[in-house]
Amino acid sequence: MITSSIEEYLETLYALEEEKKPASTTEIAKRLEISAPSVTEMLKRLAELGYIQYEPYKEVTLTDKGRQMAKRVTRKHRVLERFLHDILSIRKDKAHKQACEMEHVLTDEVETGICKMLGQPDRCPDGKLIPICDRDVKDCTSCEPAEEDQKSRKKLLLPLCFLRPGQKAVVRFIRGGMMAVKRLNDLGVTAGIQIELKSCAPLGGPVEIAVRGSSLAIGHGLALKIFVEAC
Amino acid sequence: MTEKRISIALAGNANVGKSIIFNHLTGLHQHIGNWPGKTVERAEGTLRFENYIIDIVDLPGIYSLSTYSLEEIISREYIALEKPDVIINVVDASVLERNLFFTLQLLELESPLVIALNQMDVVAEKGMKIDCGKLERLLDVPVVPCVATKGVGISDLIRKAIEIYERKPRHSPHPPWFGLEVEEKIGKLMATVEQIEMGYPPRWIAIKLLEGDPEVEKLIYACRPAVAEEVKGLCQEIERIHSEPCSSVISSERYNVADRIARDSLRIVVSVKPSWEERLASLTVHQIWGYPIMALTMASVFYGIFRFGSFTSDQLLRVFEEMRLSYFASFGSTMIVMFIWDGLIEGMVAGVTIALPYIVPFYVAMSILESSGYLPRVAFLMDSAMHKIGLHGKAFIPLMLGYGCCVPGCMACKIMETQRERLLASFLATLVPCAARTVVILGLVGAYVGLRWALFLYAFNLIIIFILGRLAFKVLPGEPVGLIMEMPTYKMPSLEVTAKQTWFRLEEFVRIAFPLIIAGNLILVTLRFLNVLPILDQFFSFITVSWLGLPAVTMTPLIFGFLRKELTLVMLAALVGTSNFAAILTKTQMIVYATTIMLYVPCVATIAVLAKEFGYKKALAVTLFEIGFAIMIGGLMLRILELIRI
Repeated sequence: MITSSIEEYLETLYALEEEKKPASTTEIAKRLEISAPSVTEMLKRLAELGYIQYEPYKEVTLTDKGRQMAKRVTRKHRVLERFLHDILSIRKDKAHKQACEMEHVLTDEVETGICKMLGQPDRCPDGKLIPICDRDVKDCTSCEPAEEDQKSRKKLLLPLCFLRPGQKAVVRFIRGGMMAVKRLNDLGVTAGIQIELKSCAPLGGPVEIAVRGSSLAIGHGLALKIFVEAC
Repeated sequence: MTEKRISIALAGNANVGKSIIFNHLTGLHQHIGNWPGKTVERAEGTLRFENYIIDIVDLPGIYSLSTYSLEEIISREYIALEKPDVIINVVDASVLERNLFFTLQLLELESPLVIALNQMDVVAEKGMKIDCGKLERLLDVPVVPCVATKGVGISDLIRKAIEIYERKPRHSPHPPWFGLEVEEKIGKLMATVEQIEMGYPPRWIAIKLLEGDPEVEKLIYACRPAVAEEVKGLCQEIERIHSEPCSSVISSERYNVADRIARDSLRIVVSVKPSWEERLASLTVHQIWGYPIMALTMASVFYGIFRFGSFTSDQLLRVFEEMRLSYFASFGSTMIVMFIWDGLIEGMVAGVTIALPYIVPFYVAMSILESSGYLPRVAFLMDSAMHKIGLHGKAFIPLMLGYGCCVPGCMACKIMETQRERLLASFLATLVPCAARTVVILGLVGAYVGLRWALFLYAFNLIIIFILGRLAFKVLPGEPVGLIMEMPTYKMPSLEVTAKQTWFRLEEFVRIAFPLIIAGNLILVTLRFLNVLPILDQFFSFITVSWLGLPAVTMTPLIFGFLRKELTLVMLAALVGTSNFAAILTKTQMIVYATTIMLYVPCVATIAVLAKEFGYKKALAVTLFEIGFAIMIGGLMLRILELIRI
């Protein structure tokens, strides 16, 4: 049974990983507003459950299992923030607080429904990336929130622009509405195709990829919608 | 023998050499207009071949026949509903697979097709060989190898097109190529839609319905709402088999077919090391080196243009000055003689001496940068910077052109995808100080106040563009479009192509700008003859004197600046009888004057281009806004300068 406090810890660890900051006991304690000894206690439990790798006085890192769980909660949090902020016009700080409470009880079905209604948002109101869901679909146009027997994706995918120049990968998922998906499909970026990242411009610039024997430049915003499995 | 009239359309991806083939076919007998009711360019021309008169239309370069851009809708409506006799599908042989994806869609529309397999020289350079006969058999369509830049294969192409036209029956439907389960659904739908008379081929309608094409859905469901249920059921069946949305299934299958055909007809003869083109390609978009290379390229291009322009301009001015003197010497200087020269001839002289010397080299440089494949790289490098003002990398090109002249700047906005982005980019391009404004900034502020203040004005201008860009981006309704474009391989630009392209663009420029320059000049000269200008000076003194703190006499040059910005300096000197501006203007006044001119109104030629692209209403709105805005900023500048007391 995953308690909401476990989810809070994993979420914090994921946020630190995103910000590329070391996850120390003191930092976690500060963020969760909990005393350091109880954090140590909890980290030990998380390590036993296989969510993190932890040795006293060393940096804490998420395991793949832990990261998947963390992404799931983080996703719920950020999707909720968008919903509260965009649809209900709730102030950002209030939306954040509310989302912290709601994220633990939100079912996957409702989350998918909200995601679809909002038009598959890429980022939360603070501009942080919303992780993709684990439904095993090739792009958002075939996602039906009510569908019960959805298989979940096993592999960890990353956005196209996180690849290094020269790295090869296979496109597995495209986030976004019909328009974005179709535009990318028309230019040959379809699920299952192998691509190679040729170069990327600095400061959130576009990426250049080799796909189907030609070169394509794709802006940062669109490149964030393409999720790949690195080879 | 009677002549036969045939219509041929050129279709294909962007950057495959379509326009070059078009130029070869039509020579100089072409004209560029717009599609009825739309602002997408439509190039048309005629060609006489044996006893045929052939009308040729160059369709916009697109990747698909869906409905996500105006270009795509126009092309598909034209092909399906106007039914040109033959379509020449121009294919870049070096990127065969991507191009065939589009060819397959043309075949789905059951168009009578000839394939122009272009850029065969690049294929050979890459160490590959294409078996044209095999490609012909696989697609069941005639294939003509071409090298458009050298004119190879063009006459074969036209002969094949006529052959297709004369062949009876016109065309045989292409073989089904989707997977069995998809073909079965298409067959079922075809049976239903065959009863509806739409003008589009039934098989194509069936495919488009399965793809969820919004336009076709609207058409069909309007008269047969019941079809929607059937389509939904069939789509779900396909989705169950593939666990993928139906539209993706269809595009991936189309790509699979393209891939198979491309692989079957392609032979790799020798494997070549990374060529100079590839090394250059990776260097010019390099994270670090890309930027200095771009700066250097742009700087040398502009320096070259300015040097050439000012030299030629001086020479031409001298020639015209002599002509003017001999004109007055032989006809005397009566009112009417003066009026003819000043009112009618002077406008043309201005166009020839001021605009052309800069614009011709400008077009040449642009054509070279474009056909070599460098411009997309510049767009790539500048994308993140342009995003700050809500546009993507391609918009950097019109802005950069604006530093030369706003007219080509605004014309270049056609490369943007949506009408909204075209307007945004054009608006910002008109704010960029063009060569004429540079004359004022450098000639007045640079020369009398100091180069530092001139540079400050340029920086200030960039800030203003940035702020107005952000504001306009917020105000104009619509979603921003992300960058996605093909990066062509580098090519050696061809002299012939450059010359022709320059010629066509120049012709367009002269046709748009010259009548307005001449007419505007005539009006202003008439005003001067009627002696209305001092009255205007007085009338507008509340702006010039009270708000901007300038002498009342500056109103006249400000009005004339509407014609050509550099007149604001030239005329001021003429009016006050000295070109030592320090004697009549204080340093503060010079800065205020230059600031106002930098922003205050697009020149008449630019307004003409804006009106052509966006309609008179929007052109007028931009003009009025910029006048108001410049006066406001000029006044504010005065007050700030007075505060800090330079």
